[in-house]
Amino acid sequence: MPAQATAESVEQVIFDGLKELGAEGEVSRESTFEELDVDSLDLVELAQIVEDEFGVELQGEDVKDMRKVGQVIDLVVARSQ
Amino acid sequence: MTPQVVITGMGAVTPLGVGADTLFKRWSEGECAIEDGLARCRDFDPTEFLTRKEARRTDRFTHFAMVAADEALSTAWPDGLPYEPERIGCVIGTGIGGLGSLEQQQDVLRDRGPKAVSPLAVPLLMGNAAAAAVAMRHGLHGSSFGVMSACAAGAHAIGAALRMIEAGEADAVVAGGAESAIAGVAVAAFAAMGATSPTGMSRPFDARRDGFVMGEGAGVLVLESSERATARKAQPVGEILGYAASSDAHHLTAPEPSGRDAARAIELALTNAGLEPGDIDYVNAHGTSTPLNDYSETQALKAALGEEAHRIPVSSTKSAIGHLLGAAGAVEAIATVESLRRSLAPPTVGWEERDPELDLDYVPDEARPLEHQGNGNGEARLTGLSNSFGFGGHNAVLCLAA
Repeated sequence: MPAQATAESVEQVIFDGLKELGAEGEVSRESTFEELDVDSLDLVELAQIVEDEFGVELQGEDVKDMRKVGQVIDLVVARSQ
Repeated sequence: MTPQVVITGMGAVTPLGVGADTLFKRWSEGECAIEDGLARCRDFDPTEFLTRKEARRTDRFTHFAMVAADEALSTAWPDGLPYEPERIGCVIGTGIGGLGSLEQQQDVLRDRGPKAVSPLAVPLLMGNAAAAAVAMRHGLHGSSFGVMSACAAGAHAIGAALRMIEAGEADAVVAGGAESAIAGVAVAAFAAMGATSPTGMSRPFDARRDGFVMGEGAGVLVLESSERATARKAQPVGEILGYAASSDAHHLTAPEPSGRDAARAIELALTNAGLEPGDIDYVNAHGTSTPLNDYSETQALKAALGEEAHRIPVSSTKSAIGHLLGAAGAVEAIATVESLRRSLAPPTVGWEERDPELDLDYVPDEARPLEHQGNGNGEARLTGLSNSFGFGGHNAVLCLAA
């Protein structure tokens, strides 16, 4: 049973996931993937973590134009409603 | 005139520790890194050398290669790349590639289905991953690729690098071998084919030898055109005088018993170096500790070197660190250069009982000073051979000097 996707829980899972993937520096909603040195392979791994946790499936198309961590958090929360 | 090729830096990660010096010092002192029938790089922690991200995006065999390359490049080029990056290549051999990563992702596929398989799986496990990672880490834009020829891959990589510089395609090449295959399938498979030692002992050339012991690690060398290295006033640690390779075309795993094609590779490497058997001061043998290899290698050395074979000290690095498979040829080339530089033949550790058919001088008991034979032109340096033979009948021989 996937976890309840609240703004707080999604933010926590994504922040922890990015740190697990070895993102550089402090992670916040305003961090850009470029600053964190997160590339397309990292985003696929992040999508796998999100799907495991919340049952929300993200495709490459969904995130390819997103620059900031907060955008992905908002998308996951919106999709889980 | 064919350019000469010198070695300006070397780096190693072996079961004896991190560093080319560590390898040579500990082996010369007769240390053996084998525990419970395996030679692991037990204390190696990739995050001491790599960021968390670098470490998780590369397999263990690539970790070894990156750390060995860092040592080699920091020795050769402490102030950064001395040539145009487009003129520096990178060739790293491996026997198997990222087997641990493959096994792990196979478990994920079976247990959690295809959607859970990591997008990193292929770049982790591919055999060229080490060459790619080293080229990326140091911004090397010349030709870069992996070499796969089982236990001869490290030597083939160095040979390929030598030829690239000789052909004028590169001013320098970062070359070596890396392996981390102490994983379920490989350990079981080598045991199933009777290649590994059931007693867990690596005793090359000893009458009681009963198979090899699996090891892991990497060796990386920086090769440069002698002309370019001289122009920038580099201090080479050694020189590659010659190289040759041949194939048994005989059997999937067993060497051709007479060592005929291995002998031909040795003869051709000497010819390529412009040397005679009488010029050779030391042989670093492939010496795996399998009944077949050590017999056919002894036959090959006698066929290629004639009477001189009985004079030349022959020792096996695998007596101290086990068999590093695709890394072996590179790590042993480094060990050979260190032997020649320091004029010291490390021992075949644990050699005690003579096999009546193996009648060369395998340097028992302890390290022994090398006696310089000279090659008639008053040169003070020592010359040696490093043999590598791989499953599939691949033979590669390097002729080195320091």
